[in-house]
Amino acid sequence: MTTEVEPVAEFRARARVWLRDNLPPNPPDQGPPDSKEEWDRARELQRLLYNGGFAGICFPKEYGGLGLTPAHQQAFTKESYAYEMPLILNVPTLSICAATLVDLGTEQQKQEHLTAVLRGDELLVQLLSEPSGGSDLAGLTTRAERDGDRWILNGSKIWSSGAYAADYGLCLARTNWGVPKHRGLTMFLVPIGAPGVTVQRIKQVTGSTEFCQEFFDDVALGDDAVVGEVDNGWEAASRLLYHERSAIGGTSPYISGARPHLGGEDSHILELARRTGQLDDIRVREDIGEARAMTVVRDQLIDHITRSVLAGELPPAAGSITRLFSAENSWLQTDMAVKVAGAAAATHAPGDPADTAKIGTDFLFRAAWSLAGGSTEMARNVISERVLGMPREYAADREVPFNEVRRGR
Amino acid sequence: MTLDLTADQRLFQQTAREFLAETVPVATVRALGEAGTGFDGQWWRSATELGWTAMLVAEEYGGGTISDRPMTELALVAVELGRACAPGPFVTTNAVLAGLASAGAGVGETVAGIAAGAVLASWAVYEPGRGLDIVNALADGATPGDGEWARAVRDGDGYRLTGVKDRVEAGDRADIFLVTAQSADGPVQLLVPADAAGVTVTPTWTLDLVRRTARIDFDQVAVPADAVVHTGAAAAAAVRTQLHTAAVLTAAETVGATDKAMDTTLSWLTDRFTFGRALASYQALKHRMADNKTWLEACRATAGAAAAAVDDDPATAAEAVSVAKSYVGAKASVIGQDCVQLHGGIGVTWEHDLHLYLRRIGLGRALYGTPEEHRRRITDLLVTAA
Repeated sequence: MTTEVEPVAEFRARARVWLRDNLPPNPPDQGPPDSKEEWDRARELQRLLYNGGFAGICFPKEYGGLGLTPAHQQAFTKESYAYEMPLILNVPTLSICAATLVDLGTEQQKQEHLTAVLRGDELLVQLLSEPSGGSDLAGLTTRAERDGDRWILNGSKIWSSGAYAADYGLCLARTNWGVPKHRGLTMFLVPIGAPGVTVQRIKQVTGSTEFCQEFFDDVALGDDAVVGEVDNGWEAASRLLYHERSAIGGTSPYISGARPHLGGEDSHILELARRTGQLDDIRVREDIGEARAMTVVRDQLIDHITRSVLAGELPPAAGSITRLFSAENSWLQTDMAVKVAGAAAATHAPGDPADTAKIGTDFLFRAAWSLAGGSTEMARNVISERVLGMPREYAADREVPFNEVRRGR
Repeated sequence: MTLDLTADQRLFQQTAREFLAETVPVATVRALGEAGTGFDGQWWRSATELGWTAMLVAEEYGGGTISDRPMTELALVAVELGRACAPGPFVTTNAVLAGLASAGAGVGETVAGIAAGAVLASWAVYEPGRGLDIVNALADGATPGDGEWARAVRDGDGYRLTGVKDRVEAGDRADIFLVTAQSADGPVQLLVPADAAGVTVTPTWTLDLVRRTARIDFDQVAVPADAVVHTGAAAAAAVRTQLHTAAVLTAAETVGATDKAMDTTLSWLTDRFTFGRALASYQALKHRMADNKTWLEACRATAGAAAAAVDDDPATAAEAVSVAKSYVGAKASVIGQDCVQLHGGIGVTWEHDLHLYLRRIGLGRALYGTPEEHRRRITDLLVTAA
């Protein structure tokens, strides 16, 4: 048995042949996954990757991954652009939830769930935000109380992408009310199908219904559901949020096949200008160039931040820089499309030369890219405090037991 | 910039930083600016001994790189120059050398002299009232119409040159100009001594105190055959290389000046107290600094990527160069202006050093293509590729 790692070039060549022989071509953009069928299709594709030996490229070997490097993953990703891939499994299942289990899961949790995820048998989601919480994640009030050798979960979570199709959710709940907010939390792995769990879908301004709200009514969980340590759930949440920022910012090694949808990826401003006969307009050409430059810089920034953090020249918190920039890029792409579309951004008639209805809808959804995965305001806090070293903002709940902290309803 | 630097490159960078700190501290920069001299000739010769003009020059003429990544290495120096708001004809000298590198043995002696700091050369390319578009046109091999461009007319084996060039860096100090002009044979590049008959040099106002420019009038200047550096397609290719060199180094220099402005501002916010607390503790200001930091790192990333792209393959570097020059030019101005605002009134005083960095940022935005000009260039490339 050899312990040598397969050279990236050879791996890439092998992936090229395998992809050509096994995967169908990339279908056109289908929008957010709104049906169980789409998730089932993703599971099927993931199983195909697993059986072909190309699933979990950066996941540990002992849990079903390949144990290879981000360079291998990047090479595979580039080869896979032309093929249909289970992209909807990237976020949050693979790059956020499974990545957190790699870091913090017990041996049993890793054995049980990681292989299942890589095989396409399990979908994992995040159950973090709460209806009354906003950015104050650690101020959550969903509770898990001890009852003999069980935990009883009650409360509600919201903004969980794809929970309606998931098998498990990583749920952060309060287990101790007599200590400051960060110290009384515990992370649980909750079966979505467990008795007492209700999932409702939320319709967004785009018409999409991938977001969900979950209600927990006396959901019983065993100790084997605890991820990390009891009352130390903030550490688990921090790990998870780190993976989320990496995923949203584009630096995660656990994403396969594509970067996550960042809003600007599908912008066709050049095509829009061409179809609407504006390609000779100097100002439109400047807008197109600016939008293109921004996307190129986004990729360069991801590379720069990744390398600077690895080299110790920037702290890991610098991942928030790419998160903030990605949102800014998405805004710019949306705004440029609206600008180039002109009045047609608000109306669209059959036979019009460009699909400006999509541009109008994107405009409505523009803020999503600065909200999903933690607001850009929180990213700015992280950058100013943990990258630039500016003092922390005053907080009225610091070092105050959570049951004495004022809360709204 | 994100440059996976070798130990030798780090030493090179460190040496540049120490040399600048020692020889041109801010007080010296101010004094040079107020004296109207820009820089000291002996100082420039010392600078060239550190290798600042060696990277694009063949070994036989005194050149050589540290690790075969000449643009990356030059960009390292440029960042330090920007941080120091240092004087000197670094950008224009290297732009000239980038053009002469492909010129063959005829200009070898001139190249050696420029690289050694004995001959001061500047690239005369811009013309009054015109931006980068005409440079682009030449770089892309097009021939502008009559009267649009300084003209070189055949005269025996050489040419006679007539026209006006402006924004010529260190033009009032240069010994020789590399002039980009038009001829019946297409674009030409000619070496013209500053003391040749028919050359008139007029210093012009420049935003930066020490990186100064001049206007040069050429009136029927005789250019002998051995001073004709490039013609036709070779001239177009050289202009492109020169433009890329100047744009990348200007972007890198701008990154350095912006970095220093940010450092200065962060110190100010930390040390300054209002309403009983440090300015740095106010979220409204912290968020702006977070934006500025994000854009600064993006500037570093794209300037570094542009230098790397030129090192990797000059023929395909055009987009990366224009992305960097447009992005850095636009964002550095935003960051620099916000640094002034965050300083309050003191930020707009002559006494405070902040304006030195803002001057450098403003010059960097304007020279070798504004953000708008480079954005159009990016679209040109996209349309051509499609």
